Amino acid sequence: MNVLASGGFWAFVAVVAGIYTILALGLQVQFGFAGLLNFGQVGFMAIGAYTMAILVVKEGWSTWLAAPLGIAAAAAAGLLVGLPALRLRADYFAIVTIAFSEIVRYVATNETALTGGSQGTIALGPIGTATQYNGQWSRFQAQVQHSLGFSSSDATMLVIVWGVAVVLLALTWLVLRTPWGRVLRAIRDDEDAAASLGKNVFAYKLQALALGAALAGVAGLFYAWQFSFFSPDDFQPLLTFFAWMILLLGGLGRVWAVPVGSLVFGFIFAGTRFLDFAPFTWFGSDERAYLRLIIIGLIIVLLVMLRPQGLLGNRREMVLE
Amino acid sequence: MLQLIANGLVTGSVYAIAAVGVSLVYGILRLVNFAYGDLMAFGALITFGVNGPLHQSMLLAVAAGMAATAALSVALDLVLWKPLRARRAGFMSLFLASIGLALVLRQLLLFVAGSGPKSYRIDPYRVFVLSSVRLSEAQVITIATAAGTIVAVGLFLAVTTTGRVLRAMADDRALAAVAGIDVARATRIAWIISGLLAGLAGVLAATVEYSFDPNFGFQLLLPVFAAVVLGGIGSAYGALAGGLALGLAQEVSTWSGFAGGVNPVYKPVVAFAVLAVALLIRPQGLFGRARLA
Repeated sequence: MNVLASGGFWAFVAVVAGIYTILALGLQVQFGFAGLLNFGQVGFMAIGAYTMAILVVKEGWSTWLAAPLGIAAAAAAGLLVGLPALRLRADYFAIVTIAFSEIVRYVATNETALTGGSQGTIALGPIGTATQYNGQWSRFQAQVQHSLGFSSSDATMLVIVWGVAVVLLALTWLVLRTPWGRVLRAIRDDEDAAASLGKNVFAYKLQALALGAALAGVAGLFYAWQFSFFSPDDFQPLLTFFAWMILLLGGLGRVWAVPVGSLVFGFIFAGTRFLDFAPFTWFGSDERAYLRLIIIGLIIVLLVMLRPQGLLGNRREMVLE
Repeated sequence: MLQLIANGLVTGSVYAIAAVGVSLVYGILRLVNFAYGDLMAFGALITFGVNGPLHQSMLLAVAAGMAATAALSVALDLVLWKPLRARRAGFMSLFLASIGLALVLRQLLLFVAGSGPKSYRIDPYRVFVLSSVRLSEAQVITIATAAGTIVAVGLFLAVTTTGRVLRAMADDRALAAVAGIDVARATRIAWIISGLLAGLAGVLAATVEYSFDPNFGFQLLLPVFAAVVLGGIGSAYGALAGGLALGLAQEVSTWSGFAGGVNPVYKPVVAFAVLAVALLIRPQGLFGRARLA
């Protein structure tokens, strides 16, 4: 059967788009509302996923206890990175956050005893035993599937991921309408003015960074549950750039633009997998994989050049400078 | 220990050359060029093409690689950076555009050259021994070339008129324009020098590592950025010092007399740890300014 016509494939694309939505929502809080250039988002995601998996496999914790701890660990990492790095200029901050995410990946690759090393979570347990961190999750998913009366597990995951994503979007939308959210935007627009009104700019930025990191941690959990195994190579800086592209595609400064950007990105990314007509058929599968990323890169460049506020962005409120 | 210092000088001089290239363009255009690592890979690959399949001498190949990288830099300025400047794009737009460009460049290199490892036609087994220090031919060539380049770039910036123009523009672009400096010409020169340095740094890095593939530019990029930040973004002398300091710190940290030594796989982490500590003490970098002009 043609894979393009299969519901399972598109359900998979939509699940991944839901995970990306949560990841990019964190960036929207940090950049779209607080003006922070976090380019290490994938590092927080990795910390969330690894904390949960390690607690479940090595310490025998319940998934429902380990998952909130994964989110907390990601938020704590945000605080830890922010304390020294937020004192830096914006351009230094961007570079330091990329460096942070690469350090996380290096540590995950090399501290084999803790993380399973480059083999990934399969090697978390003792040698010879394939280890599971998602047993409890699978049972939960099966229960949900049963009570919904669905026949496919992909469709169930779709409902769960997007259900959580919508709740998080709504919560974020609400939080940004509180006085706290208004101060954040004031800091983004004019840091000195906010400071002169007695607002503790540093504390607000730190909180926004930690909140965005916590959202990345949630994305990490779903990533871990969706793919029953993961390794440090899943957390390359490329993923952060994808999240930035989603943010740009959707639009800056608008919570509801994030899922739109994420779906558009998901379909571009999945769609370019099916360039199975001339002239693309002249190339092998490796070359076509390179072509896909060339197209993604070109879209990023063109967006920046032609539509700096994003597809649905609020031009009056926020333009990419 | 001496051996580690020598290795550190080799690594550090590659970082230093690349860091100056990044820093020059930043100083003038406020552009943190994320595609710089892939420009280095481009230079290294052109050199490989001329040296390998075309069977030309290494010297000619390096010249071709550097020239091609400079030409590519100037061309990219025309089609990408110049329109963005005309729109008064800020730091964020430029940074994101350079990320997109980096993706395109790297995948194009992979597309054309494939992902297999490549090596220059250099004998890897010739070794120079200097009392207790053993250096391969590639390392000796790298140190010599880098020392020459660093001195040349330093002199160029310090005494020539063009060098002074570039520094003046890094200091205050608007003021330099008012003072009658041809900003377009100076920008072009900055790209040419930055491109030449990218090509050279790419070839040297590829020579030292003996074999390389189109992905290697990105792996070099982060330590180079760390060197730029350590020196203070936009300060060319700072970038030189930052590059050498990080290269040395990376190698010396593996010395067993130093609390058993750091596991060599963590060399890139050492670079960032040094950077983090330095920034805590001096948030603007060693030679940087506290605020964006």
